[in-house]
Amino acid sequence: MATVAVIDYGMGNLHSISKALKTVSPDANVIVSADKNTILSADHVIFPGVGAIRDCMAAIRAAGLDETIKHVAKSKPLLGICIGMQALLEHSEENGGVDGLGIIPGNVIKFSPNATNKQNNKLKIPHMGWNEVNFDSISPLFKNIAKKERFYFVHSYHANKVGDNYVLATTEYPNSFPSAIKWKNIVAVQFHPEKSQHAGLQFLKNFLNWDGQS
Amino acid sequence: MGLAKRIIPCLDVKNGRVVKGVKFVDIRDAGDPVEIARRYDAEGADEITFLDITATSDNRDTMVHVVEQVAGEVFIPLTVGGGIRKLEDISRMLKAGADKVGINSAAIFNPEFVKEAAERFGSQCIVVAIDAKCVSADGEAKRWEIFTHGGRKETGIDAIEWAIKMVDFGAGEILLTSMDRDGTKIGFDLELTRAISEAVAVPVIASGGVGTLDHLVDGVTKGKADAVLAASIFHFAEFTVGEAKQHMRDNGIEVRL
Repeated sequence: MATVAVIDYGMGNLHSISKALKTVSPDANVIVSADKNTILSADHVIFPGVGAIRDCMAAIRAAGLDETIKHVAKSKPLLGICIGMQALLEHSEENGGVDGLGIIPGNVIKFSPNATNKQNNKLKIPHMGWNEVNFDSISPLFKNIAKKERFYFVHSYHANKVGDNYVLATTEYPNSFPSAIKWKNIVAVQFHPEKSQHAGLQFLKNFLNWDGQS
Repeated sequence: MGLAKRIIPCLDVKNGRVVKGVKFVDIRDAGDPVEIARRYDAEGADEITFLDITATSDNRDTMVHVVEQVAGEVFIPLTVGGGIRKLEDISRMLKAGADKVGINSAAIFNPEFVKEAAERFGSQCIVVAIDAKCVSADGEAKRWEIFTHGGRKETGIDAIEWAIKMVDFGAGEILLTSMDRDGTKIGFDLELTRAISEAVAVPVIASGGVGTLDHLVDGVTKGKADAVLAASIFHFAEFTVGEAKQHMRDNGIEVRL
């Protein structure tokens, strides 16, 4: 039986993600855990997160999970969600500047507060709601998901300066930013698949079927 | 194409049942919250908001169970408001599977609470709910103030200034209800909605007064709302969420369909 570990470092709504995983894969052993060995022995690992990056990084380090995540990042399919995605990058400008785990090259910046949307209204931040995800349709991670499908986002900062080869999907608000990154055996997404109804569940299912390579 | 405008059905929950009344009186039973949430999800609701109008804290456990059940099978964002007074209340709701909490009177009694909550849980999950009523006389420039206790008690706080302050304190979203319109079915207070939406940088949810699908359109186009919330038009199956979205799209509004 495949085991999927959801990393629990005290941040965020882990109830929804574990229920979503159970829904798409009723036979999987879904474990929400802060235990290093449990996480390292899982087949697939989810690195979720909400809130601010400084607290998130502090919580990861306090739980001694930074090294664990780095090990997982070298060895098996890993899915970073929202702040989990941002923490995998090198640096975020949130909270006056915070270093991430530096596993994926790239950084995190804030949406420009002076930007306007297409109707010429001031851009609302956080970017909150359902937005289109433009992806490369051959990726197995987006299998059975319609082109430009909408996923649920809620964030004020986004990935930036990620190598083009690693950008798996982009979203516009109003400028294009990487909404999904694939780096080796890691996939990191800014949207919340566990809150994106059918499309989100399909994405999670695809991740659980992913071998971390293709 | 970009970010879609959201339609958010709201469930007023009392002792574990969905109820709906006009201005908190003449309350009618509208069913089981889990069943209704399931239906709205199937119809394409973008989020669901639960407003706990239970009077006693004992019955709040019921709300936690409702959220847990819904979050276990409905995979869209869930907001819970009503009775959120302590950090512990927020923590409980988030653990149960809520994504956001609505803070209303606790913010008025102690604005610092919003700051503490945003620092601890992140602005993305802190929705400040504002109940506003027009207080200017006819012919005067429009002015709205905050009211508590279902619109019965005035606070003397200017609604626009309050919204700006709450965002400054860390609110990630404003749920704006016109107490003049709530339950009337004559449409949102569009001037109020627009004034608040233009005053703050965070998304604003318009609420109070929806009776037709055109009202939802007006909330976005004239009121500049980022999301529209309605209760009774959906509960009693006057319209489905899907019909509401189709109507918005037919009127040029970008929605998730």
